[in-house]
Amino acid sequence: MIAVEVTKMLRRPRTWVTILMLNALPTLIAFLLALTDIGPRPGEGPAFLSSVLSDGSLFPLAALAVILPLFLPIAVAVIAGDSVAGEAQAGTLRYLLVRPVGRTRLLIAKLVAIFVFVLVAVVLVAGIAYVVGTSLFGTAPGAASVSGTILTPGQVAVRTVLAIGYITLSMLGVAAMALFLSTLTDSPLAATLGALAFLIASSLLFTLDAADALSPYLPTRYWLAFVDLFRDPIQWRDITRGIALQGVYVVVLLSAAWANFTTKDITS
Amino acid sequence: MISTTGLTKAYGRILAVDDIDLDVREGDIYGFLGANGSGKTTTVRMLLGLVLASSGTIRVLGEPMPKRGKTVLPRVGALVEGPAAYPHLSGRRNLELLDAAGAGGIRRTRRTRVNVALDRVGLGGVDKRPVKAYSLGMRQRLGLASALLRKPELLILDEPTNGLDPQGIREIRDLLLALHAGGTTVFLSSHLLAEVEQLCTRVGVLDRGRLVLQDQLTTLTAPTGNSVVRTPDVDRAHALLDGRVLAKDGDRLIVTGTDASTLNALLVREGIRVSELGPDRRTLEQVVLEAAGNSGSDRMPAVEPAIPLEHVSTRETSG
Repeated sequence: MIAVEVTKMLRRPRTWVTILMLNALPTLIAFLLALTDIGPRPGEGPAFLSSVLSDGSLFPLAALAVILPLFLPIAVAVIAGDSVAGEAQAGTLRYLLVRPVGRTRLLIAKLVAIFVFVLVAVVLVAGIAYVVGTSLFGTAPGAASVSGTILTPGQVAVRTVLAIGYITLSMLGVAAMALFLSTLTDSPLAATLGALAFLIASSLLFTLDAADALSPYLPTRYWLAFVDLFRDPIQWRDITRGIALQGVYVVVLLSAAWANFTTKDITS
Repeated sequence: MISTTGLTKAYGRILAVDDIDLDVREGDIYGFLGANGSGKTTTVRMLLGLVLASSGTIRVLGEPMPKRGKTVLPRVGALVEGPAAYPHLSGRRNLELLDAAGAGGIRRTRRTRVNVALDRVGLGGVDKRPVKAYSLGMRQRLGLASALLRKPELLILDEPTNGLDPQGIREIRDLLLALHAGGTTVFLSSHLLAEVEQLCTRVGVLDRGRLVLQDQLTTLTAPTGNSVVRTPDVDRAHALLDGRVLAKDGDRLIVTGTDASTLNALLVREGIRVSELGPDRRTLEQVVLEAAGNSGSDRMPAVEPAIPLEHVSTRETSG
């Protein structure tokens, strides 16, 4: 079933249009930087972007930092919000369920397919950004870590892979929320917008000092912790917290989705 | 093959399906009749475990549903409220995905299974066009093909000839008869009386969520014990047979008694021309209208003094 869901997702033209669009903004930024040679000052703009002019191999990280706060979660919300509600709207949900596909299995297969989507999207963004970055800006023998020490290209590569993994996991909270909403409604749009509202609320509360007590529990709280992978030594504290927090969101929301979906009348 | 006891589905205070006891036997072609909105689709969905019953029990293929759906549903082919497919994929690809989704479909023989199913419904030569380019009739055939993928013992079909042209309807009818001859039990829900009358051996009639009739078709449309006389001299015939005439409709008279030859002799002796004479049978339409009343469930009159308001509201049932 998981294979079927992944195949379905990968065979959809929309999946690839979404991934293409995710690549558009970082690539545009790369060209603008290369043309003007004006980088943001260190500490401003998306993470790593200031270092890109001197070392193109850091551009994948900059590209990920560009899409992470908004574009990637929107893409995740669109795909995940569509996952059950889209099948309901198209009428295919009832045929899957009488095949029969167990409702629990379907839900898990959907979540795995979303995870695969995020992984494919993030890897492609990083890969394309690497090609664009190194060809526009060239590479330096070693990159400066966020802490100021020098990382070898090998270290940068390993840590970039870790960052890709962390960012993929970071999207699971939004994905689980969109999936849960997707079981509540037969309208993919409603599920997607609901998940985005959840995301925006989280980002907003994060900036509000009065909501400090809530901030450790916000799904977006540890998203930028992937920067910590480029400190020397790596600071794991926020990264492990971030992964644990996403895990909690997945467990809670997937349980809610399961409780709702397995007892729901399928009238679509 | 299908039996329900006291099957009920309530949406809030509205009873969509009200205490029905279905009895579909092996080898039946069962026609499940009812106006739009009478609860047919809700019943079909409950049989398949899509909608959960409020009360009552369901047994399909001898096993309780939806509890044993995992073992029951692979042996059932279903078409529920119109076909559905992924519009950007071809029909063949759609069937392959559906076949791969459920348990038990061996990958090696998948292509063969899909081709056999497509052949059966007359789509054997279908090309790589995506389903979004299909006509309504082609989609309907594709839906039927997906129901036939697993060589089901029981077919549950909701309005299977929707969107087909007369020739297509005939093809599907022949297909269903062939499947039936091969041992498949067919449960067919429809609002088309003619379709059911031509195809079915057993009929159930749903009216506003209640099963008002369930019997063999031959019993329902058996001769009534009266005769029908058609004559251009209808007034003279009426005068002659006065006392025996039960009803008069244009040039048709319904006369008590089944002895057509005596009746004919009597009429001819008086010089009354007879254009048609035979036993009186009720049509399925008459039977259904009598059982269900002649108001469709989707009618919602503002005032209907014969029925208390409370009942009027229960007519707003979902299809």
